[in-house]
Order: sequence, then C-alpha cells, then structure tokens
Amino acid sequence: MRISVVDYGASNLPSVERAFEKLGAATERASTAEQIARAEAIVLPGVGHFGAFVEGLRQRELAGPLEEARKRGTPILGICLGMQALFARSEEAPEEAGLHFFAGDVRALPVTVKSPHIGWNQVRATRESTLLRGIGAEDYFYFAHSYAALAEAEQTVAACDHGVAFAAAIECGNVMGVQFHPEKSGETGARVLRNFLEAAR
Amino acid sequence: MTLARRIIPCLDVDAGRVVKGVEFQGLRDMGDPAALAARYNREGADEIVLLDITASVEGRATFLETIRRVAAELNIPFTAGGGIRTLEDATAVLRAGADKVTVNTAAVNRPELISELAGRFGSQAVVLSMDVKRNGGSWEAYVRGGRAPAGKNALAWAREATERGAGEILLTSIDRDGTQSGFDCELTAAVAREVTVPVIASGGAKSYEHFRAVFSEGRADAALAASVFHMETHSIPALKRFLAAQGVPVRQSA
Repeated sequence: MRISVVDYGASNLPSVERAFEKLGAATERASTAEQIARAEAIVLPGVGHFGAFVEGLRQRELAGPLEEARKRGTPILGICLGMQALFARSEEAPEEAGLHFFAGDVRALPVTVKSPHIGWNQVRATRESTLLRGIGAEDYFYFAHSYAALAEAEQTVAACDHGVAFAAAIECGNVMGVQFHPEKSGETGARVLRNFLEAAR
Repeated sequence: MTLARRIIPCLDVDAGRVVKGVEFQGLRDMGDPAALAARYNREGADEIVLLDITASVEGRATFLETIRRVAAELNIPFTAGGGIRTLEDATAVLRAGADKVTVNTAAVNRPELISELAGRFGSQAVVLSMDVKRNGGSWEAYVRGGRAPAGKNALAWAREATERGAGEILLTSIDRDGTQSGFDCELTAAVAREVTVPVIASGGAKSYEHFRAVFSEGRADAALAASVFHMETHSIPALKRFLAAQGVPVRQSA
C-alpha cells in the first residue's frame, strides 16, 4: 500500500509520513492532479489556517481531482485541519469554500474554555466506526485546534467535549477524518492509522 | 472525558548533548537527546520540549540536526526552541521535525514575531516562553536566560502574547528554578487566570506532591521538568500513577 500525502505547501508532512512508514506503508507526496488521480489512498494532513489550506489546494488545482478520487472510492483520510477541509466551510475563513465532502460547518471553539484545545483527550463512540476499531473510552488522543465541526454532523463516529461536543472522528464510505493527530498520539494513534490502512487495502 | 494534565520532560541541549547546569560547576552531560527522547516517549511522556541553550550561530546546524534525530524517535508532540529570532528560524525548526516552536527573548524585543508565527503556522504551533521573577508585589518577565529584566509585567506580557496569537505559555519561575522546592503555584495560577490558553509550569520540581500541587492549586495544564527525569529520580509511569490516585486526570499508557 502506498499512501499519497497531499502536499499543499504548509504542513508537517514528515511526522505523518514517518507514522505510516512505521506501519509498513510507503508514502509519496502528492501535489499534482496526476498524483491524486493515481493514488491508492490519500491523506490530507493539516496544521495552520483553513484559508491557507484552501488557497494551497486552489493554487495546485487539487480540489477537482480530490472530488474525482472521492467518487472513485479512493480511501481518503483528513487529519485535523485536513478533516475540517472536508466540510463546506469554516468560521476561520468564512469566504473560502471547503471540499464539501461532508455537509456542515466548522466553528470556533466556545470562549468559555481554553482555546486552542491543546493536549490529550478522550473520545466517545457515537456510531460503528472503521477508524476507531479497538479503541476504548479510556484511550487518549492528542488534539491541537481552535476550530471544529460540531458533533451533530451526520457522519460523526466519535465525539469529544471541549466547551461543546465536537466531531472527533467522521466517516462516510471511503472518506474519513479525525480532528486529533493520530501521528502524534502514540500507540493509540498508530492503531487508528493501521485501521485506515486495513480499510484501504 | 477530560483533557489530561500533561507531563513534559525538557531536554536542554548544548552542542548536541543534553546538559544540566550545575551551580559553580558549569554544565554536566546528561546523555544523548535522541536516546533520552526515545525513552520518555516509551515511558508515557505527553510531549517533549527541546531547548538549545547555546543558541550560537555556529550551533544552529547542530541544533537542527538534533531536532531531526529527536523527531525520528517520537510519536508524541514535540516543541523546540532557543534562539529563534525570525520566521525563517522557526520554519527551519518546524521543517526539521518539531511540531511547535517556543520563543522568548526575540518576542520580547519584537512582539510582532508572535503574530507572524501564528499567522504562518497557526497558534497551536507557537509557544511563548516566559522567565519570571517576583519583584515586590508583582511579577516581572526576564530575558537572556533569566539574566536581564524584560521591562514587562509578566501578567500583562502573557495577555499581550496570547492576544497576538501564542497558543500556549511555557512559564518558568526563576525564583524556583533549580531549587527543587516546588513549582511556583501562586505565579502559575495568576498567569492561568490571566490568559485563555494552556499554561505549562516549569521550575522547582522535585517531589510527586509538587506536581500534584501545580495541577490543582497552580491550575497548570502541563508541568515541565528536566533533572528529576534525567536523573531517574522519578519514572513517568510512577508519577502518573500517583497523580491519578490523587484525582488528577492523566494519560496512562503502556
């Protein structure tokens, strides 16, 4: 299995690549339409600003090829900002359009809690999940974000609470997303990446 | 479901080796940073902080190489800093494999640096490091490794830095650093009340009880220590078992 890690110009790709390579998968950086078109599985990593992400995809003309990949059934995993980009839009950059693979909006975390939500938190399963197979309520994941999709988003498979219940993981067929950083979540995170690899095979 | 309080070992690095300052005796070698990082990763550390304490021009390449070697060992978050003055310095540190950068003196000299870093990499990647000393009834920020006053009230500076986009505050008490008399809970709680971002307490850790106190009375989100872990005074799993038994939410793995 080769994982195509989308390089849109502003991300911490090496830690994501290293995490997959430790699980025996090969990785390549994908920054062109051709690379997306022939990808076996696609990972959208992400740190930074929603607007910069969308702009990075636009400059490389990757939104169309990603939509084609979704329709073809290519497994796609969005991580953190990469998950947020799967939604229609975000409060962080209201004028920009996301990939819209999932209905709904990404909102700022409420001002009643510390933001960014940084640190290790637990999630609760809300539906049967491919990504979270073998993960329990006592397991912790590393989060680092100020925005999130609300947990009522239809395809939410796990929720987390930080001032508001938000979507920690989401799945719809071949498209999946996690708000936490599996590549930074120790063995628990590795389990999630392994589940993605197995689903992609 | 609770956000866990974090335990963060800190690696102070000089010329590619982890060192510990020993009063009047200079620096004592504590080992290889990648080997120590791998051990802490395995033992359940929640994050690793790597600080370049020389930060000399000729030491930069060595430091970046150390970041690469440490990053290769970790599957937990990794913060690096020491001597970061520009967006280019921070870019190099993040490209080498750190997830976050920490800035201190350069941010005091030019606070816009925080805004620039947050705009480019996001607040979650920017940690403001503050060295603070009590001065009569208030707290003052210091720079240059705690040697020179920054001319800023610590609480006001913490607030300004977070308004500019710092996503966390790494707060070191100069009064407590190296004393092993416990974290400065009063200072930590004051800063935690002042800002809306997580606060990492540093300086003075010795006993398990010190960690418990800084998480409860000190309202800290994370606690950082160096020598108690390097010298194996405490193992991270044992410390976390103690904290969990005291009702502090911690991530217990392995």
